[in-house]
Amino acid sequence: MIGEIPQLLINGLLAGALLAVPAIGFTAIYAVLRFPNFAVASHATFGAYAGYVANVWFGLPAWVALIAAFVVAGVAGVVTDEAVLRRLRPAGPLTVAIASVALTIVLENVVRFAFGNDLRGYDLPVLRDWRGYGLRVGPQQVYNAMAAAAAMAALFLFLAFTRTGKMMRAVADNPTLASLKGIDAVTVARLANFAGMGLAGFGGMLIGLDTSIDPLTGFRVMLSVFAAAVVGGLGSIPGAVVGAFVVGVGEELSLIVLDPSYRTAVGFVAILVVLSLRPRGLLGEREY
Amino acid sequence: MENYLVAMAVFAGFYALMALGLNVIFGLAGMVNLGLVGFFAIGAYASALLTVKLHWPMLAGWGAALVLSAACGAVVAVVTARLKGDYLAIVTLGFAEVIRLIASNEMWLTGGTTGISAIPGPWRGIASPSEFNLIYAAVVWSLVCVVGLLLGRLSASPFGRVLRAIREDDMVAAVAGKPVLAFKVQAFAVGAGVLGLAGALYGHYNAYIAPDGFEPLITIYVVLALTVGGTGSMRGAILGAVLVVFLTEGTRFLSGALAVLSPVQIAAVREGLIGGALILVLYVSPQGILAETTRIQSLETT
Repeated sequence: MIGEIPQLLINGLLAGALLAVPAIGFTAIYAVLRFPNFAVASHATFGAYAGYVANVWFGLPAWVALIAAFVVAGVAGVVTDEAVLRRLRPAGPLTVAIASVALTIVLENVVRFAFGNDLRGYDLPVLRDWRGYGLRVGPQQVYNAMAAAAAMAALFLFLAFTRTGKMMRAVADNPTLASLKGIDAVTVARLANFAGMGLAGFGGMLIGLDTSIDPLTGFRVMLSVFAAAVVGGLGSIPGAVVGAFVVGVGEELSLIVLDPSYRTAVGFVAILVVLSLRPRGLLGEREY
Repeated sequence: MENYLVAMAVFAGFYALMALGLNVIFGLAGMVNLGLVGFFAIGAYASALLTVKLHWPMLAGWGAALVLSAACGAVVAVVTARLKGDYLAIVTLGFAEVIRLIASNEMWLTGGTTGISAIPGPWRGIASPSEFNLIYAAVVWSLVCVVGLLLGRLSASPFGRVLRAIREDDMVAAVAGKPVLAFKVQAFAVGAGVLGLAGALYGHYNAYIAPDGFEPLITIYVVLALTVGGTGSMRGAILGAVLVVFLTEGTRFLSGALAVLSPVQIAAVREGLIGGALILVLYVSPQGILAETTRIQSLETT
């Protein structure tokens, strides 16, 4: 079993990179709007299916389909927030969180209505695994991780150097001060929803590229995504990345001692351990 | 048709019990519990296993289900004691999924995805199926009344007042010298116990349980029931549960109108409607039909 550790580490890092994308989306929305938006699950599924339509029905290459996944999920995020969640925000974060669970169920069933429950696969070239040093890596997995890295890099550049990115960080950091400075909270909320849900959709498609998709694709990885965000510290984007790698590697390493079907429980245990020892998360700045 | 209505009443009773349980945890003590279906499952499996494998009498199985899920609730409350609402929502959601994972994978105990069958029911086999339905409806609704009355007393007692104080502001309750953690743990245990009892009743009615029966959608049904009826109000919880069962079962009759659609699409429409209904209720009447009235609220409105 010990000999498998390098292989498991590689798998875990590749899985963690994919997990990081929706986890960033979840944590970014939390940072700006201060509630856990459980609808990331259905938006990840939305993105996965938007990418499927672009890739299989329109025959576009996977990287174009990924952009479609981002845009469709992002637009859906803004629309559903405007239509459903925004007006509930005065009622408090818990009400919005519960509404977001209901929203997930509605959206998931929209997908089920349109596409049915069948498993669907993307149209991808069949590639031979790369082997060496007794290790094995699928080229598609590496491309997926690279796409995830590109999305994260783009987000970091956006937040660090653009005016709008700085506005978003200002609101996340201190909403009152930001509004005093004339930053429009509504615009920033829309942007956060677009970017956050867009990333959820992007990540949903990346995860689907690895295997196949069905209406529960987003829901199935939800626990791992939440775990990544909580372990890293809710509201912290670098934290979500670190958390995703911790959860991704942890899930793979758990295979040494646990049955594979218990993989998703690892995220739950990670949440409990981190919250008991360091409630703000690994990189979180404050406790909520 | 009559049988169908009685079966609906039985299911309304299960949901009423669950809504009552959730009302203690969330309605009174303000702890969000999005994993309540996990406690429902624990109760169902505990009673089913004890009666099927160890041949315990049914009532002992129900009691054990109540005690075991209450104990699990207490553990969850202790572990999550320091967590605020958002985190508690995530952790409890995860808890229910882990329970489902265990139920699906521990073949030796739970039978995995095949589940457990031939769970005994009161006078099943002796009475005709329709008589059995009626007997069960009577049993379930008597329990709903007893539990509802007891919890109503609890809610009106000093204990209930402290829980509401904790819900509004646990810091103030702590400053007033109340052991907040102990109250939270007790409330969680009581609520989880009622959820477990509901699970046990469900298993013995259905005669069969499997992990599929404990999907997160049930949690949504119960949250919807409590929100519709009025969070914090015991009568509201029961009324809400009845309304939700009528709503979910009512959508069954849409199947005829939607005959052009495939079965998967009809199922999708029905599930989507439930989610939509919850959102609508949060808009229209966030306090619920039988809203809890407290002195603070009546002060605010004047």
